[in-house]
Amino acid sequence: MPTLKTGGRLKSAVCAGEIMVVTASADDVELSCGGVAMLEAGAEAPAGAEVHPDHAVGIAMGKRYITEDESLEVLCVKAGDGSLAANGQLLLQKDTKQLPKTD
Amino acid sequence: MNVMMLLEMASGAFPHRPAFTDGERGLSYTYSELFEAARLRAGSIQAQGASRMAKLDVSNLGTPLGLFASAWAGVPYVPLNYRLTNDEIEALLKRVTPAYLVTSSDRVDAFGALQDVYAVATDSFLDSAQNLTAIEGEWGMDPDEIAVLLFTSGTTGEPKAAVLRHKHLVSYILSSVEFASAPEEDASLVCVPPYHIAGIAAIMSSVYSGRHVIQLPNFSAERWIELARQHNVTTAFVVPTMLARIVETLEAQGATTADMPYLNSLAYGGGKMPLSVIEKAMTLFPNTDFSNAYGLTETSSTICVLGPDAHREAVASTTETGRRRLVSVGQALPGIEIEIRDDEGQVLGAGERGEIYVRGEQVSGEYEGKGSVVDAEGWFPTRDAGSMDEEGYLFLEGRADDVIVRGGENLSPGEIEDVLLTHSAVADAAVVGVPDDQWGEVVAAAVVAKAGVDIDMQALKDLVKEQLRSSRVPAHMEVWAELPYNETGKLLRRVVKASFLEPL
Repeated sequence: MPTLKTGGRLKSAVCAGEIMVVTASADDVELSCGGVAMLEAGAEAPAGAEVHPDHAVGIAMGKRYITEDESLEVLCVKAGDGSLAANGQLLLQKDTKQLPKTD
Repeated sequence: MNVMMLLEMASGAFPHRPAFTDGERGLSYTYSELFEAARLRAGSIQAQGASRMAKLDVSNLGTPLGLFASAWAGVPYVPLNYRLTNDEIEALLKRVTPAYLVTSSDRVDAFGALQDVYAVATDSFLDSAQNLTAIEGEWGMDPDEIAVLLFTSGTTGEPKAAVLRHKHLVSYILSSVEFASAPEEDASLVCVPPYHIAGIAAIMSSVYSGRHVIQLPNFSAERWIELARQHNVTTAFVVPTMLARIVETLEAQGATTADMPYLNSLAYGGGKMPLSVIEKAMTLFPNTDFSNAYGLTETSSTICVLGPDAHREAVASTTETGRRRLVSVGQALPGIEIEIRDDEGQVLGAGERGEIYVRGEQVSGEYEGKGSVVDAEGWFPTRDAGSMDEEGYLFLEGRADDVIVRGGENLSPGEIEDVLLTHSAVADAAVVGVPDDQWGEVVAAAVVAKAGVDIDMQALKDLVKEQLRSSRVPAHMEVWAELPYNETGKLLRRVVKASFLEPL
C-alpha cells in the first residue's frame, strides 16, 4: 500500500484517473479508485481489476476530493471513471469559492 | 507536487486553446504546444548539466517555456532583471552556476564567456529545430524541490535570492484559482516584468485557469490600450504607476470611457494606489471589476485581496471608515493568516499600527544561503508596516524600516502622506525621516503639485497639524516635479531621503 504524502501522485488501477495528495493525515489510509487500491506511478495494475459499480461516479480534472473530517484532500489531475475512497469510505467533492482574479 | 503538473492538466483539458501570445512579435503557443516544447527544452537544459536555468530578457514565449522546462528538468528557474548593469548581472549569474542562460542575442557572447555559464539566444531557445532531444521520464513530485529563485530588489547591500519551492507555488495556485475556470474567449494582458513575482504568478494562474496570455514586453500606456482593444482583453494586472499613465493617456485622448467593453477585470498591486487615480479609473472603466492585490516575493505573490464588491461599497459609502476601505488591500486569502505585531512581537488590536506578519502554505520566507526567517509557528515578518480594521481589512503604511522616530515617538510616513494627498493642490506626496540634532529624526515631505496649481506649503503644514498632531508636521518640505518610482510602481523612499540629505 503506497503511503500518502503531501505532493505525491497516485494512479488508478482500473481507470485513467490520477490524483495528487494535497493534504494527508498521519493515519494509515488506503486510497482507492473505482474500489481498487491506487498505485504509485509506474506500478503494474492487478490483472482483471475493474471499476466496482458502487465506486463508479468518476472524478473530474481539477476537482478536489476530501474525507468527511477533511484529514485527507486530493486533487484530480487526470479524469477517470472510478470514484475515490479512503478505507472504503467514498470521498466527497470539495466546494471551492471563486476568488477575484488578481494576476 | 510540481508546477509542471499545472501545465500538464491544462494541456490535457484544453490542448488546442491559445496559451501565450507575444504581443509584439505575434508568436503563439497553444497549451499542448507549450507542453511539448517544455519537454524538449528540459532535455536541452539537462544535456548541459546545468544546476539552474537563468533567463535574462524581456517577456516573450521563452518566459513560460523557461519556467516549465526548468521545472521538468528539476532545476530552479532564475529570471534576472535585464535592466541591471552588466557588472550587476555578472555578479548574480556567478551565484547560480552551472547555469543554462537564455538571453537576448546581443548578450550571448558577453555572458556566455563566464565560467560555467552556457548561454543561448532566446531565438535559439524558441527554435524547435535547435532543441531536438526530449527529456526522458516525468518531472519529480518532491514538494520541497526549488522551483524558482527570485533576486529581490534589495534597497541596500547584495540582492537576496528568495527561495520558492514547488509546494509554495502550487499551494498558492490551488488555493486561489479554480481549474479551467476561464471561459475560452478570456484573454489576459500581462505587462509586469518577468523577473517579478507577479510575472511568475500570472503565468501559473493563467495556465491553471485556461486563460490566453497576451504579453506586453515593454510597458507604455499607448501600447497597453492598443493591445487591450486588439485582443479583446478580458483581464489585466497593472501596478499603480501604470494605471496612472493609462488614465492620463485616456484623458489626453479625450476619452470619457476606456472603450474596452471586454475588459471585465482589472487588478492592481505592487505599491500604493493614489485615491485620485483609482477613482478616475473606476469612472473610465465603468463596467470593469477592480481588485487590489497585496503580496510579496516571499509569499508566492498575493496574500490579500480587495475585491470588486468591496471597491463599489467603498465608493458608495457615506462614512469615512467605509470610503477609506478603497485604499486598503482587502482581506486575507483563504488559507492565509495575518497579524499585526509591535516591536516586542505582541499582537496588536484593530486599528493599531505595527509590522505585518503572515502565515500559510504559500509562504516561503527563505533566502538562499541565509535560511528561513519564518519563526517556529510559521509566521513570516514581512517588514511591511500596517494596520487592520475590525473586519480584517488590511491597510499598508510603508516599510517597517521607513518608520520615522522623532523624539522617541514612532511616526508612519503613510499616515502623513494620506493627509497631504487629501489637499486639492497635491498630486503626489512622499514623506521620509531625516536626521535632526534636537529630535533624532524629523519629518521631511516632497510634494508634487497638480497641473497648473501652486502649492501653499504653510497650508499643507496646517492641514497635517489639524488632522494629526504637531509632531507630524513636516520640518522640511519641497515641491518636486515628480517622485521617483521603480518600474513596478514602488516609491523609492531612499532616493527621496538621499535628496533631503544633500547639502542645500
